[in-house]
Amino acid sequence: MAKAMSKPALERQGLSDDQLRWMLRNMYLQRMLDNRGFQLNRQGKIPFATGSEGHEGIHAGTALAFARGKDILVPYYRDMGLCVGIGMPVLQVLLSMFARGKDVSGGRQFPNHYSYHSLGILSISSIIAAHCPHAVGAAYAMKLRAGGIGGPSRPDVVKTGRAVLCTFGDGSTSQGEWHESLNFAAIHKLPIVFLCENNEWAISTPRDRQMAIADIIDKAPGYGLPGVKVDGSDPIATYAVMKDALDRAREGGGPTLVEATCYRFLSHTTDDDDRTYRTRDEIESHRHLDPVPRFEALLIEHGVVSSEEASKMKKDVLAEVNAVTDEAEALPYPAPEELYAHVYEGPYEPWL
Amino acid sequence: MALASPASTVLNNVEAVRTTLYEALKTDERTLILGEDVGARGNVFLITKGFIEEFGPERILDTPLAEASIVGIAIGMAMEGLRPIAEIQFADFIYPAFNQIVGEAAKTRYRSNGDYTCPLVIRTPYGGGVRGALSHSVSIEALFYHVPGLKIVVPSFPADVKGLLNAAIDDPDPVLFLEHKKTYRLVKGEVPNGHYTIPIGKAEVKHSGDQLTVVSYGLYVHQAIDAAKRLAGDNLSIEVIDLRSIRPMDGTTILESVRKTRKLLIIHEDNKFGGIGAEISAMVAEEAFFDLDAPIRRLCGPDVPAMGYAATLEEEFMISTDRMADAMREMVRF
Repeated sequence: MAKAMSKPALERQGLSDDQLRWMLRNMYLQRMLDNRGFQLNRQGKIPFATGSEGHEGIHAGTALAFARGKDILVPYYRDMGLCVGIGMPVLQVLLSMFARGKDVSGGRQFPNHYSYHSLGILSISSIIAAHCPHAVGAAYAMKLRAGGIGGPSRPDVVKTGRAVLCTFGDGSTSQGEWHESLNFAAIHKLPIVFLCENNEWAISTPRDRQMAIADIIDKAPGYGLPGVKVDGSDPIATYAVMKDALDRAREGGGPTLVEATCYRFLSHTTDDDDRTYRTRDEIESHRHLDPVPRFEALLIEHGVVSSEEASKMKKDVLAEVNAVTDEAEALPYPAPEELYAHVYEGPYEPWL
Repeated sequence: MALASPASTVLNNVEAVRTTLYEALKTDERTLILGEDVGARGNVFLITKGFIEEFGPERILDTPLAEASIVGIAIGMAMEGLRPIAEIQFADFIYPAFNQIVGEAAKTRYRSNGDYTCPLVIRTPYGGGVRGALSHSVSIEALFYHVPGLKIVVPSFPADVKGLLNAAIDDPDPVLFLEHKKTYRLVKGEVPNGHYTIPIGKAEVKHSGDQLTVVSYGLYVHQAIDAAKRLAGDNLSIEVIDLRSIRPMDGTTILESVRKTRKLLIIHEDNKFGGIGAEISAMVAEEAFFDLDAPIRRLCGPDVPAMGYAATLEEEFMISTDRMADAMREMVRF
């Protein structure tokens, strides 16, 4: 969809030039951090990396719609750009890749599994959709605190002024806990937005082997919540849809399922080889959806940035990524005895 | 004060759970109960009867029939500062929630480097002898006690139920709280009034003796005590330890007793292979092998998928007090 590009005036959805430039910078940053992960893996410096190439538009747009210091994010492992976008230090991305002791998980978690309580980023595992009920529970707590859950004989509209954002991929929508989560959130009209980042592939399984329907939002009406589909390669359109959905949740309007479409340009992870299940032609046929050059061209076309400014921005971002790579690499692994910390509160022995 | 209020009240195990939950709801507004039929029905054993009228449907939350998300939603609530008490209607129904308990709740603190915690209680009735057939009678403790990050409590006396449930609710980590459903109304006892806790991980000698140590938990503790009392008439001196907690486990009390009696019999309803008794046997063999005067023995449920519905099948599965007494007698005479 090149709708926005074909219009004479930029459909900026109320976003200032600074915000648009911030989005572009965030997208460059995501792309370079992704590349860095794959490079470090191929250099043998880190055992594993996961990329989000193709998701940058969703992350940049969504990050701007997220209310820092208020909303809660329950992400999945392809949301590095979103976590950075809502304020997680870039250094944490590299610390996570290098599994250093100062990583937020203390070097325990796989890359891209962040938890950052002070930013409202909940801790997640790699189990697909297992985090969805956690997001729902957090939204329940949020609503309960803000004045009650409501119900047949109670005020139904409870304005929380904040919301939970729960993200996941298309494959997650096959899991029972995903369905249970939408159902529960709709029953209690919880302040939550479910954001599906539909990149067409669940490792090697294409969408048509995952579900018989073409649109994931068609799953929403069965649970009694609205579904909105958006071109996730377009950060401005994504921002507008996400802001509407989050505002609706904050105002007591209940949950929304948003499907943001995109295309996964990289293999699932550095351990995956996508040549075993999809052709190079297929990938190239989606190249026009690549959100980074597309958004860059749009902003240059409308004079929000010049080509020179864009080039400088890219150079600055690369310098930043290089600097944090060096900083993270120089830091030590966790001490071996950290293996025994945080099993429970306080010291722990199974036999007392 | 004109009149001193009584120090304790006689309660059965249902009443002990109920009164403890009630007091927690009354004193801490972060607590809430969620599960199937906990509201208007008041739980299938009537443990929460009347709670919804007093505390409202927001804190006495009837959930959809979906165990994975009962636990998963409770985890999210706990991570956001509430003190959820989740109920799985029967322990047999806990399997859909296995990942949420093992993969999520038990690892939240660890994987976040202590940034997030998961103070959560999961209560569930377990155990047989009630004609519960394949899906209303199983023991589940062995499936979970392998898991670091989780605590498991299994009290069977009303005073222990209250003290340990209070401890579980106060605990900063996830606790699986197992209630043997046959003891619910069968067992009565004095329960101290007011708030108190019993530390998780502490066993208790419920019947003293010096010729044999019996370690058990749940319904069988009561039968083991009956058997020990019966054998006392024959001048056999049996010590019965109620484990009360399965993770962490009280090795100190077990070893102290075994070093005194020099013989160990473990009795549990769950099947023997890979059960709680296996871990206790291994620990005693490692720590007190040269103090033993007889091989360790385990008297456990048979190695079958579950007890059948037919009375004959259930009786065959369950261990009678007579069989316990016979095993105790044999061990003392060894």
